[in-house]
This record gives sequence, C-alpha cells and structure tokens, in this order.
Amino acid sequence: MATAPRVSRNSRRQGRPAPELIFGDLWPYDPAPESADPKLKTRYDLFIDGAFVPAKSGRTFETINPGNEKKLADVALADAADVDRAFQAARRAQESVWSKLPGRERGKYLYRIARLLQDRAREFAVAETLNGGKPIKEARDFDVPMAAAHFFYHAGWADKLAFAFPGASVSPVGVVGQVIPWNFPLLMLAWKIAPALAAGNCVVLKPAETTPLTALKFAEILQEAELPAGVVNIVAGAGETGAAVVSHPLAAKVAFTGSTEVGKIIQRQLAGSGKKLTLELGGKAANVVFDDAPLEQAVEGVVNGIFFNQGHVCCAGSRLLVQETIADALVAKLKLRLRSLRVGDPLDKNTDVGAINSKAQLEKIRELVASGVKEGAELYESPCRLPAKGFYFRPTLFTQVSMSHRIAREEIFGPVLSVLTFRTVEEAVEKANNTAYGLSAGVWTEKGSRILKLAGELKAGVVWANTFNKFDPTSPFGGYKESGFGREGGRQGLADYVNLS
Amino acid sequence: MPSAAQGAFRRLFDEIGSVDAVGLEERVAKYGTRSLKKAAKLWGLNRAVTMVDLTTLEGKDTPGKVASLCAKALHPHDEASVPPVAAVCVYPSMVRHARRALGERAPVKVASVATAFPSGQAPLKTRLGEVQAAVDDGADEIDMVINRGAFLAGEFAPVQDEIVAVREACGRCALKVILEVSELETYDNIRAASFLALRVLRTGDFIKTSTGKTGLNATLANNQVMIEAIRDFYLETGRAIGMKPAGGIRSAKQALTFLVAVKETLGDAWLTNARYRFGASSLLNDLLRQIAKEKSGAYQPPYYFSEAAESY
Amino acid sequence: MNRLPINKTPKVYVGGAFIRSESGRVFPLKTADGRFVAHVPQCTRKDLRNAVEAAAKAGPGWARRTPYNRAQILYRLAEMIEPRAAELAEAIALGGATDEVRREVAAAIDRIVYYAGWADKYEQVLGNVNPVAAPYFNFSVTEPMGIVGAIAPAAPSLLGLVSLIAPVIVSGNTVVALASEVSPYPAVVLGEMLATSDLPGGVVNLLTGFRAEMLSTFSTHAHLRGLSAVVSPEERKQLELGAAESVKRCHIQTEDAGFDWYSASTESVYAIRDFLEVKTVWHPIGA
Repeated sequence: MATAPRVSRNSRRQGRPAPELIFGDLWPYDPAPESADPKLKTRYDLFIDGAFVPAKSGRTFETINPGNEKKLADVALADAADVDRAFQAARRAQESVWSKLPGRERGKYLYRIARLLQDRAREFAVAETLNGGKPIKEARDFDVPMAAAHFFYHAGWADKLAFAFPGASVSPVGVVGQVIPWNFPLLMLAWKIAPALAAGNCVVLKPAETTPLTALKFAEILQEAELPAGVVNIVAGAGETGAAVVSHPLAAKVAFTGSTEVGKIIQRQLAGSGKKLTLELGGKAANVVFDDAPLEQAVEGVVNGIFFNQGHVCCAGSRLLVQETIADALVAKLKLRLRSLRVGDPLDKNTDVGAINSKAQLEKIRELVASGVKEGAELYESPCRLPAKGFYFRPTLFTQVSMSHRIAREEIFGPVLSVLTFRTVEEAVEKANNTAYGLSAGVWTEKGSRILKLAGELKAGVVWANTFNKFDPTSPFGGYKESGFGREGGRQGLADYVNLS
Repeated sequence: MPSAAQGAFRRLFDEIGSVDAVGLEERVAKYGTRSLKKAAKLWGLNRAVTMVDLTTLEGKDTPGKVASLCAKALHPHDEASVPPVAAVCVYPSMVRHARRALGERAPVKVASVATAFPSGQAPLKTRLGEVQAAVDDGADEIDMVINRGAFLAGEFAPVQDEIVAVREACGRCALKVILEVSELETYDNIRAASFLALRVLRTGDFIKTSTGKTGLNATLANNQVMIEAIRDFYLETGRAIGMKPAGGIRSAKQALTFLVAVKETLGDAWLTNARYRFGASSLLNDLLRQIAKEKSGAYQPPYYFSEAAESY
Repeated sequence: MNRLPINKTPKVYVGGAFIRSESGRVFPLKTADGRFVAHVPQCTRKDLRNAVEAAAKAGPGWARRTPYNRAQILYRLAEMIEPRAAELAEAIALGGATDEVRREVAAAIDRIVYYAGWADKYEQVLGNVNPVAAPYFNFSVTEPMGIVGAIAPAAPSLLGLVSLIAPVIVSGNTVVALASEVSPYPAVVLGEMLATSDLPGGVVNLLTGFRAEMLSTFSTHAHLRGLSAVVSPEERKQLELGAAESVKRCHIQTEDAGFDWYSASTESVYAIRDFLEVKTVWHPIGA
C-alpha cells in the first residue's frame, strides 16, 4: 500500500495513463465585476499648497487602464517649475505650521487620514485596480487596508518619537522628496508619507507616471482631513519630474522606491549633497524549500510569492530553490496550482492574476522569458485564456534553470518563476546569496534550528520562514546590498525620517 | 530510542509530509473571497442540494420522523426543478424504515452510521454485526468511525484492519470513514489519518470529517487537509475517494465555499455526489431558501420551507 | 657613550601582518620642525584591494564571534593601548607630546572601551519584536554589513581613526581604513597594538598613503558595503558618486563641519547602527 506522494508518480505507474485532475468548465464562475464607483474625474491637477492646480506649462498626460487600454483621465504634467512651487509650499508649511505643531496634534491628522481612507476604501480599491491592473481582491483586501494601517500605525508615533530613539534627541529632517513606483501606488504612498509626517516632515511626492490616480485622489482625503496646506504636495509626471523632485535643493531627504538602475542614478545625483537618502530597489528573492517542508503551504507560498500582483513585487520570490529530492513533486504541485489561477479582468472579484501594468513592462517580461527559452530552460505556462484587449501574461514557470541564466539573475518583475535545485544547506545558502540583490528571502522547513540558521545566513532584509510576502506597518522592510538601504515600517523605518543628535 | 508510537508517526509523516496551520488557514480564507453570482450561484446551490446527506441522528428518532425526512429528501421543495438530495443518513435501527419510505431504486440513497456511532467504543464483533444488519436492512452506504485511541497511540495497523473489516462487511455498500477530526487535535494528524483510511479504501468510498457529536466539526481547513490528501492519493494511485464534511455547515454560503475548495483543489470530477457530500440537516433549508431567492429575486422567510430534521 | 638607537621601519597592519606597500613606495615622515623621522608606506589601490581581500577572509569568523567575545576583545585592545599611551602620544606629536595629545590618546582609549560595552547591548536597543496584525512571530535583528571602508580625518589623527573604526567593528564588520595623510604614524603604532590584542588578523586593516590616490578605489570597490569617512566636501562627493555604482551605504562627514571629537555626543549607538543591516524575520505561530 505504498502511496507516498513525494515519489515521482511516473516511476510506479507504467502502462496506465497517469491520473489527471480536470480543471474545466463544469462550474464556471460568472463575471463578478466590482461595482463600486471609483469616483474618477476626467482631469486631475497637481496638488500643491493645499489646492489642485494645473501645471504651469499647461501640459497634461493621459493615464490608462492597463486592463483594457482605455483612457481614464488627463493628468497635469509637472515640470521643474511646478516641482519648485511644491517645494516652496512644503518649506513654508514646514517652517510656519508643521514644525510648530506638537506631536500629539500631528498624530491626530494622521489618524484622520487613516479613517478617511477606511471610509472610502472600496472607492480607492476600484481606482487602484483600474489604473494599475492589479486584481480588485488584492486592492480591496491588501493595498487599501494596509495603506490605512500605515497611517494608523505611524499616527501613534508622532508624539512618542523620543521613545523610538533612546539616548538621542529627535528632530525632523525637513522637506522630503519622495518618488514611488507603480506596483503598489497607494500603499507605497502610505509607506512614504505616513512616517514622514509622523516625524514632523513635509512632503513632495511623485507617483509613478502610469499610476497617478490614487495619489491624486488621496489629495482629496488630505483636504477632507484639513491637513495644513503645503504639508503634502503631489506632483505627477515621469522621469523628468522625478529628477526634479530628487534634485531639488530644498529636499533635505530623498526617498525612492523603484528599480536598482534608477536608484543608482539618484544616489549619484545626490552625491556630495549631504542629503539623506533611502532606496528601496529591486530584488531577486530566493524561496528555499527543503524536503521536510509543509509542501502544500510551500506551494501556496511560492505561488503567492511570485504571482501576487502579477509578480510586480520587488520582493517577489522569483527564484525557487528546491531540494533535489522533492523537486519533481513540488514542481508537479506547482503546475497543478497554476491551472487554478484565474487570469483576467482585474475588476472581476474572482481574478487572481490581473493585468501587467504597462505595455513596456509586458515587453520586458516577454523579452526575458524568450531569453529563458533560448538559454535552454524548460517553459511551462498556465493554460488559461487571456483577454483580447489589455496587457496580460500567463503565469509561467521555468525548470532546468541554471544560476547563469538571465532569468535566474535579472529581475523580471512579472509572473515568471525560475526553479533551481540544491542538495545541501550550504549549497542552498550559496545559491540564494549569489546575487547583487538582497531584499527578501523565503525558507520552508519544519526544522526550527534550520530556519534560524538560514534566517541568519540569507543576506536579505526580510526573511519569511514558512510563509512569504507578508507585510505589516510594524515590520521593517528594506534590502541588503543593491536592493537599497534604509527601512520602511516599524521603528527602524521611522529612523530614516528623523535627525538624531 | 523513540517509542513505537513516535516511530509510526515519524515514518508516516516522512511519507506524507506535514501541514502548516497558519498557511493552511490563510489558503482556505481565500476561498471565501470567491464571488458567485447568478448562474454560477444557482448551479452551486443546486449541486449542493444533490450532495446533502440529509441526516437525523437522535435518540428520539421515530419511523414517522424518518419517513418525513425521506419525503423531504426526495422532494426538497415544491419547486420541481430542485433535485433530490444524495442520501438520508440514519441510525441502523431506522434503515429499514428509510428503505421502505424511499422505495427500492430510489434516487436517494440510504446511509447508516454503524459501528457504535459516535464513539466507536464497542467490540469489533458487535460493530461488524451492526454493519451487517444495516446492510441487510437495505442500506446503500455505511458511515463508520475510526479508532481514534489506537490512532493517537500510533497503532496504525489496528486502525486500518478495522476499516478493512468494516469494508468487507459492507459488501457493495459504499463506506464512509469518519476520522472525527476534532479528536485528532492537529492538521498533521488529520492528514495522517486521511492517508491511513485512503490506503484501504476503494474507489467510491469516502472519508468524512466528523460524527457531528463533538465540539468542532467540519471546517474549511479540515476539509482542505482531507481533499488535498484525496488529491495526492488519487494522483499517486488512480483511486478516486470521495469526501464528506459533516457537522457545522449550516448556510448555503458556507456550502458554496466548500464547493469552491473542491473545484479548485480536486477539480470538476469531484463536483458530484458520487465523490462529495455534505453531512447536514439544517443546510438543506438554507440552500432551498437561497435557490428560491435566486429565482424569485426576493428574500425568503424560513417558514416557507418544511422543517428540517434536528441534530446537526 | 651614546648608544645609537635602532629606528623602526614603519609598516602597515593588513590581514594580521605588517607589510610595506606592494609598490615599494614610501613617503617621508617629518616632525613639525622638519626633522626626518621615518619612511611611511605610500599604499596604493592594489594594497587597498589586498586589504579588502584580507577583510573578506576575516569577516565571517569575526561576525560569528559572540557579542560578549567581541566586547572582551575590544576591551583587551584598550588594555593593550593604555600602558603604551605615551608611545602613541609621541606618535601623534612626533617630538614632544603635549597635554593636548595625551588627552587625545586617553579619549581614544575611552572610546574603544565605550564601544566595547555596546557589543552585547546594541541589539537590545536597535532590534525588537514587531507586533504584526496576524498570527506570526516577527522580529527585527541587526546584522553587520560586511567590509566597511574608513577614511580618517587629518586630525585628530588617532582619535578620529579610532572613532571611525570602533563602532564599525563592534558589530562584526571588518574595516579597511586609510590613516590621516599628514599624521599617519599613530596608525602604524596602533597596528602594533592591534596585533597584540586578541582581535583576529584582517578585522582591522590600516593603510597609510595619499588620499587622492586611494579615494576612487574606496568609492568604487564594490565589495566594500559601506563607507565611513571624514573628508572635504569635494572628496565626499567623489566618494558618494562612486558608491552609487554598488548602492554602497555612506556615512560621510565633512572636515569643515567643526566636529568636536572629544564630545560625548560623538559616541552613540546610532554610529553602530549606521553600519548595520536590519533583518526582519517572520514565522507563523500554529500547531
């Protein structure tokens, strides 16, 4: 009665066809589009000094829904002059209002913001999904509540900063320039703005060019909260606008989340300026699965690790390192699981994997996947149907990957998993650490001492043991090596928004 | 030196692997976010009706009560399009009454909880006699409970031997093996017990969560552990075993979520009452209520539906 | 009759050994009034590269030492310096130690003792358990970054150098330091004291030479994970520009900042934190 599931199925069952599961159309889920109104305007201006204002140049750019390529709104395009206006407003606010406010009162504004965001959560979730392409269930269950939680958490720090940094006297940095990416537009905004305000700073923030809408809607919340004018300013635009933000002379600190490539440019731009800088950059996380792991949960963790938000996650577990003895079993389970992932309309409540954020990103993913095939890795794609319009990519898995393949070294930032194998603990650690990145890592094993050993040896800012892609406002996030420096969240994240003396 | 029990568990877990509780519970929580609308919802509700083992397991059961239960099982609702349920589930002494009420070749099967239900604490000979009597009285399916004491002591051979003995006594009747998950304490143990049972069952047999007579019964997480075991076992051996969560599933919404778990774990082939059942009583009325609501568009009061049996 | 003294040939302490520059180059060390003292190694980029290799070799073992052990080793270093304080003072002053210089040596010793005391405590101040809103045990701990480059201020040559090195190594980092260009001799003597402490070879590597020749390598050597320096604004910019290529952590002060090296405010657990990585670990809580 041998039924060990870990042994390769094929080895035992000769002659008969292997049993298959049918993931078919017996019970199709009807479309279940989220019906809440995102309350989008057709045109969004910049938010400077407490008011919505057009760009001085009068220029705008279109922002679209990557799920169907339709235009959502025109957005004012900020140039250096607008950015300067925003910084001047921020400095005035910093000097005249915000720095004079007791921490307790600052905190109350943050609490207000948190509450208002919760009130309008569904509206923001829909807007986020429309503009970014992420599945509505993620925007609804993760992005928006987590953004509110960040404001709620940091609100409480505003009047307790002395307890965060024992032995030091704490003062705000000043005006902070922040540039955020398109993968978690509202959440990254919260990660940036909440600690900055709690610590007594004022902000000029630039959302990503493809996803400006929730940031500009967030400005409406700031008005509802009656946040003093100029404390937070939001300027939309692309790379040039971002460059103006990070290089503005009034920016006492710059915080950037995005690619390692751009991070290095910013670090160069700021060289010698004496400004504080934090960078949260790319990653190529290893998810290490040992043969004694709880396999079913490891499969879920691996799936969540790479297909969450279409793999547009800097800490995505894009390299699966699996112990040789269970590699076949784990890959078989993964392939099975991929078949029940629902790819499609981001607004559908049953969609697991939504739209790729932009055409450019889709092309980058395609190019890297093609390189994987060319370099000899074995491709498996989910057999799902993709919508005709919009930017979509099938959940994809590569086996037979070697460490030298591009798909094992470069950040793909898409729903593409590279599977590598290892034999010993040492080999696992060596392969996991053999990268210029060091943002996150995962380890799956039932042996406690092994978890702690790997937690110590994996060179990554976040180690998820028997889980993956978990976030919390209290939990510092950020990388080692070329994944950037500084932390976001928790007491350690707060440290990057204060001067200590 | 490990004790025999430790050794047995260790060897078994080495073969079948372990379960992480938090990861499991997060996984099943996602099933609850599936949004079922219109046709999908109606299909699911109707399919759930066909999977109900309409149950009465009370000391105060009477032939009359069983007869009315059987009538309800055959025609759950005035509406003709509502299908009959899968089975009625009764004590052995009620099998012949159920058989009589349903008639031969009925679309509804007669299931009986034999083997000194719910404790299983009677000599094997007595329990086998009970099974034999139920079979002789016309039962189509036998629900048995495993020997939890032996299982927790790591004495797996007696656990499996008893299942085999009951299976033999069942003849052509389908066997449903109740693990009584609330007494197994951990998800690891539920997975282990599932495999012990699966390995001695035939295609068409079931494993089942609970008697419904203890504190915690069918949860989505327990269900998930068991259907994953069924899936692993099927892919390994080709033997398709069915699943029956029992106890605690009272609302249509819950039942649909269980079916989502089945669809996404075991696939289409298990979305049939030949392979999936709900052991429940009050569930049926809520399913009917929701079906009526879907069809009429109006929410329904409970008194539109004939009273279901008591018990779980 | 006067005995002719044996002059010391200054060598730098790299990888636990005393070496001359691979280039064979030296530069003359003179007293304030212009008297020749000795030839000091004029280290090169290759010497820096070798020092980084030595630091890389020593790093893992040093980081694995218990904090208690690192504390004792740093304290032992202070013990090794204290009885030779006069020698260090002379190395700073070159031809007549003043009270000012003696004060510098004392402050340097005290600084080492100060950081020795942090070795098994900073984690308790900087790390913590995070109360996440889910059934996970989550904690943040700190880890050393790896190899850190240090560029000491021109003056105070000893106290400046020690103030940069001590907070870096106490956590398990290793360091490759460039001594004051105008006053390199204390670094040479300090090396001899390091060698007699229990500090494993390669944990602290001291180079002497010209900043202008070494700066670009300090900034671009990708294996250096952090830079701690007190330099001119222009040099700072150069260092930070090169650092960007490998996203290096820079904590660089400018020499014109009017820094009071003696002030207690220059000693801080946050100086240790500057060269630590925060690692956050999650694990589910369940049976």
